[in-house]
Amino acid sequence: MRNKLIALVLILGIVTMATIGAAGGQEAKTSEKMELTFFYPVMVGGPLTKLIDQLSLDYQAINPNVTVKPVYTGNYDDTVVKIQTAIQGKNPPDFFINLATQRFSMASTGVAIPLDDFIAADGAEGKAYIEDFLPGFMEDSFVDGKIYSIPFQRSTMVMFYNKDAFKEVGLDPNKPPTTWAELVDYATKLTKRDAAGNVERYGVGLALNSGSAQWGFTGFALQNSVGGKNLMSEDGKKAYFDTPENVEALQFWLDLQNRYKVMQPGIVQWTDLPTQFLGGKVAMIYHTTGNLTNISKNATFEFGTAFLPGNKQLGAPTGGGNFYISAGISPERQKAAWEFIKFATSPERLAQWNIDTGYVAPRESSFDTQLMKDYWARMPQAKVAFEQIPYAKPELTTYEASRMWRILNDNIQSAVTGEATAAQAMRNAQAQADEVLKKYQ
Amino acid sequence: MKKMKRTVKTNLTAWALLAPSLVFLLTFTVFPIFRSLYLGFTRYELGMMKPEFIGLKNYVDLFGSAIFWKVIGNTVAFSLMTVIPSMVLGLALATLVNRKRKGIGFLRTSFFYPVVMPMIAIASIWMFIYMADSGMLDQFLIKLGLQPMNVLSYKESVKPAMAFMYVWKEAGYLMIFFLSGLQNISGELYEAARIDGATGWTAFKKITLPLLGPTLLFVSTIALTNSIKLVDHIVIMTEGAPNNASTMLLFYIYQQGFAWFDQAKASALTVIMLVIMLAIAMLQFVKSDRKIHYN
Amino acid sequence: MDTGHKHYHPAYYIGGMALGIIWLIPLIWMVGTAFTEASYTMSILPKTKPTLDNLKYVWNAVPFGRYYLNTLIVVIATYSVQFITVTLAAYALAVLKFKGEKLIFIIIFIQIIIPNDVLISPNYMMLADLGLTDTKLGIMLPFFGSAFGIFLLRQMFKTVPLALSEAATIDGCNLLQIVRHVYVPSSKAAYLSFALVSVSYHWNNFLWPLIVTNSPENRTLTVGLALFAKSKEAVMQWANVCAATFIISAPLVIAFFIFQKRFINSFVSSGIK
Repeated sequence: MRNKLIALVLILGIVTMATIGAAGGQEAKTSEKMELTFFYPVMVGGPLTKLIDQLSLDYQAINPNVTVKPVYTGNYDDTVVKIQTAIQGKNPPDFFINLATQRFSMASTGVAIPLDDFIAADGAEGKAYIEDFLPGFMEDSFVDGKIYSIPFQRSTMVMFYNKDAFKEVGLDPNKPPTTWAELVDYATKLTKRDAAGNVERYGVGLALNSGSAQWGFTGFALQNSVGGKNLMSEDGKKAYFDTPENVEALQFWLDLQNRYKVMQPGIVQWTDLPTQFLGGKVAMIYHTTGNLTNISKNATFEFGTAFLPGNKQLGAPTGGGNFYISAGISPERQKAAWEFIKFATSPERLAQWNIDTGYVAPRESSFDTQLMKDYWARMPQAKVAFEQIPYAKPELTTYEASRMWRILNDNIQSAVTGEATAAQAMRNAQAQADEVLKKYQ
Repeated sequence: MKKMKRTVKTNLTAWALLAPSLVFLLTFTVFPIFRSLYLGFTRYELGMMKPEFIGLKNYVDLFGSAIFWKVIGNTVAFSLMTVIPSMVLGLALATLVNRKRKGIGFLRTSFFYPVVMPMIAIASIWMFIYMADSGMLDQFLIKLGLQPMNVLSYKESVKPAMAFMYVWKEAGYLMIFFLSGLQNISGELYEAARIDGATGWTAFKKITLPLLGPTLLFVSTIALTNSIKLVDHIVIMTEGAPNNASTMLLFYIYQQGFAWFDQAKASALTVIMLVIMLAIAMLQFVKSDRKIHYN
Repeated sequence: MDTGHKHYHPAYYIGGMALGIIWLIPLIWMVGTAFTEASYTMSILPKTKPTLDNLKYVWNAVPFGRYYLNTLIVVIATYSVQFITVTLAAYALAVLKFKGEKLIFIIIFIQIIIPNDVLISPNYMMLADLGLTDTKLGIMLPFFGSAFGIFLLRQMFKTVPLALSEAATIDGCNLLQIVRHVYVPSSKAAYLSFALVSVSYHWNNFLWPLIVTNSPENRTLTVGLALFAKSKEAVMQWANVCAATFIISAPLVIAFFIFQKRFINSFVSSGIK
C-alpha cells in the first residue's frame, strides 16, 4: 500500500513536470544562439506589433546568431508595471522600451545600466551617433550626467483639427488658432448644438483620464509659465506644481469646460479622442503625433495639424519611449542588446518608423533621408510635429515618476470634476509631491 | 457513521493522503499570511536587497493618509451599495422563477448568464454603456430630452454606476441560492397558512423569511466577501478615477505592490484586508447557531 | 415547486419577462456590435450590416488563438491536479479518524475565509522565489490545493456507505483502489459541480494571471482582453472590443445556455457546505 502511495506521489510529480514543460515562458537557453527578449508598449493606433516583429526579423536576417523576441506589454502604464514585475520576479527582459521619464527610477533602483561605456567603445562613431539625436529628445536621457537611454519612439503633442468643420463655420482652414484667446474663439464657433440644446460637436477635446491628463497639462503649463519653466527641476528631485501660472493654466482647462462650454465636461479618455475626432464629434483635439498615420488613414474629411496654441509663449510636451538595457544580464547580452538598439535607431529605420506610425524620428539625419522628404511631400501634416520640437520640453520626469503622475492626475481630476478649485488642486498636488520626493532631497 | 479505528497506520495514511493538498494550502494560503504580516512591519522597495524593519511606521502612514481612508470608505460604500440590493433583487428573482411555467427556464438563464462571464468582459461592455455622450445610457437620456450624465467622470455617480453593474451581475448568482432555499420550504406550510387566510405578502413575511434565515445569512456572507475583493472592473473602467473615487482596497494593494513596487505597504494593506475578511467570517459565526461538525 | 401562490398575477409574469429581456440587453448589444460594421454611434440593435471583419481584425491583431490555448491548459491542468489532491484529502477527512484532524480543518478553513484573490502580493513573491513567474504553472500553482473542493467532496464521500468499502477490502482492494473504484464513481455529481465551478473561476480569473504573466506565450484570455481594450490598436473602439469580449466569453456562455441546469446546480451545491 505504501508503494502505491509512493507511486501516486510520483505520478503527481510527473504531472507537475509535464505542466512545467507545457508552461512555456522564459527558459535559459544554453544553445549557441542567443535569444534576446525585449518588452515594448503600444500607445497609438495601428499595427505596431507587426512592425516591431518585422524589425526583429530584419535584425535576425543580418545577425543569424541572435534571435530577438519582442514582447508586447500593453500601454506605457502597463509596461512600466510589467518591467518592474519581471525584475521583481527575477526574470527581466534583456532590454526594453520604457518611457523616457522613467529614467530616474530606472537608474536609482539599478534596473537599467548607463550606456556611456558602450558609446565610448564605439569611438568617434559613437560620439557622432549620440550627437545626431535632437537635443529636445536627448535631454531626457541623462541622469547625473550619464546616458541611460536612447530615444526611439518619441512623440510630441499636436493639435489635430477638422478642416471641413472650419470651412463650415467660416474659419480659414489654413489658419488654426495660435493663442489661447483664439482657441476659445474658434472653439466657440465650432461647437455645434442641435435644436434641443444638446451638443453635436464640441470645439476642442482634451484627454483627462489617469495617465494622460498630466501630458496635456504639461503643454499648458509650458505655454503659460514664466520663461517656459517646466513642472520639475532638471535633476528630477523637485516638482513645481503650485505656481500662480500653473493654477491659471488649470483654470483655463476648467473654463473651457465650464465657462465657455466648448469642451466635453468630465473625464474624457485618451483612447476615445481620436474616435470622437474621426466621428466628427469634436473639431480640434490635443493628441499625440503618434496617431497621425492612424487618423490620416481613417479620416473621411480634410484635416490639418498645428502647433499647440500658446499663451505667454509656445510650448509642447514631448513624450514617448526610449530603449533601456537591463542590469542583471551578462555583458555579452548587453553588448548584443546595444547592437540591436543601434540597428533600430539608424536614420533610415527611424525615418521609416516615423512614416509608419507618426512618432517623430529623434535623429537629425533622419530628416535628410529621401524617405522622409517624400513622406513630407505627400503628408505635409507630419512636418508640424518636427517643427514644434524647438518649443517642446520633456513631460513630467522625476524620481518615482509613476507616483508623481498619479498625484498630478488625481488632483487635476479633482478640479475637473469640481471637487476642488484649481488653486486647491495645485496646492494639494504640491504637498503630496513634496512628501514623496522628501527622501531624495 | 462508523469510522475506522484510529491507529498509527491510519494516522500516517491520513497524513499521506492530505499531504499534497496541505503542501499547497500551507505554501499559498497560510505562509503568505505570515509573510504579509512580517513585511508589513518593514520597508522593502525595488532595488533593496533585504527588507528593513521599521515597526509600525507603514500602518501609521496609512492611517494618517487621506487616500487610504478614502479607499476604505469606497470599499465599504461599494459593499453597502451592492450587498443589500443584490440580495433583495436575488430574493425577488428567486420568488419570481420559483414556479413551473412556460418561460421560467428562459428567465433563469437570462438572470444567471452574467455569472459565467468574466468580470473583465462585463466591465468592458458596461464601460461603453456608460461612455460619455455616445454611450447607451447617455444616448437614452438624450432621447428622453435629459442631459447626458457621463457617470464615470464624477465621484457622486461613479460608485453607484459600478454598483449597478455589479448588482446586475451578482443578483442572478444569489438568486439560485435563494431558489434552493425556497425549494426546501415545504409546500404544506403554505397550504396551512392559506387555510388560515394568510397568503401573498403575509405568507412571505411569516413563513418564507424566517425559514430562509440560514440561507440569508449564508448569502450575505458570500455577497459581502465577493464585493469586497472585486477589482477587475476598476482596472479596465476607471483605474480609480476620478481622483480615487473608485479605488477599492484590492486595487490599492495592486497599485502599491505592482505599479509602485512598494511591497511593504502592499503587505500592510493585505494584512488590513485580511483583518476585514476575518471580521466578516466572525460575523457569520456569531450570528449562526450552527457549530462546525467534524463528523 | 409551487410556493402556493395559486393566483399568479399576469402582471408578475409580464413584468418578469420584461425584466428578463432587460437583463439580456448588454449581451445582445455586445454580440450585435461585434458582428456588425463599426460605426461612430452606439445602438442596442445593430443598425449596420453584419460582418465578420471585427472578429477577423481582432483575431489577427491579438494572438487570441494562443491565449485560448493557454487558458485551456490552465483550466484543464488545474482541475486535473485538483481532482487528485481533493479526492485524497476528502477521503481522509470523510472516512478516517486520525490525530490532528482539528488542525487540518483549521488550515482548510483558513482558505475558505481568505481566498487566494487577496493574497496576490505575497503569493507573487513566492512565485518569484520559486522562479516561476511568467509561467502557466505559476498561474496554477496556488490553486492546486482547494479547500472548497475538499469540503464539497467530503460531503459527498460521507454519503457513501461504509459497507461498500468494507466489501471492497474483503475482495482484496487496497486503499487507493477503494478510493478509485468505490468513492470516486459514486461522487460523479460532486466532481461535475466542482469542475464547473473551478473551470468558471479559472477561465474568468484576471488579476492574478495579469500579475504573473509578462509574455503572450503565457497570457490568458482575460488578460489579453484587458491589454487590448486599454491599448489603442483599435480605432473603432467598441466594435473591436466587443468582438474581443465575445471571443473570450463565448465558450462559457454558450456552454451555459446548453447545460443550464447542470451549471446552476453546481453553483448551488458549491454554496451548501
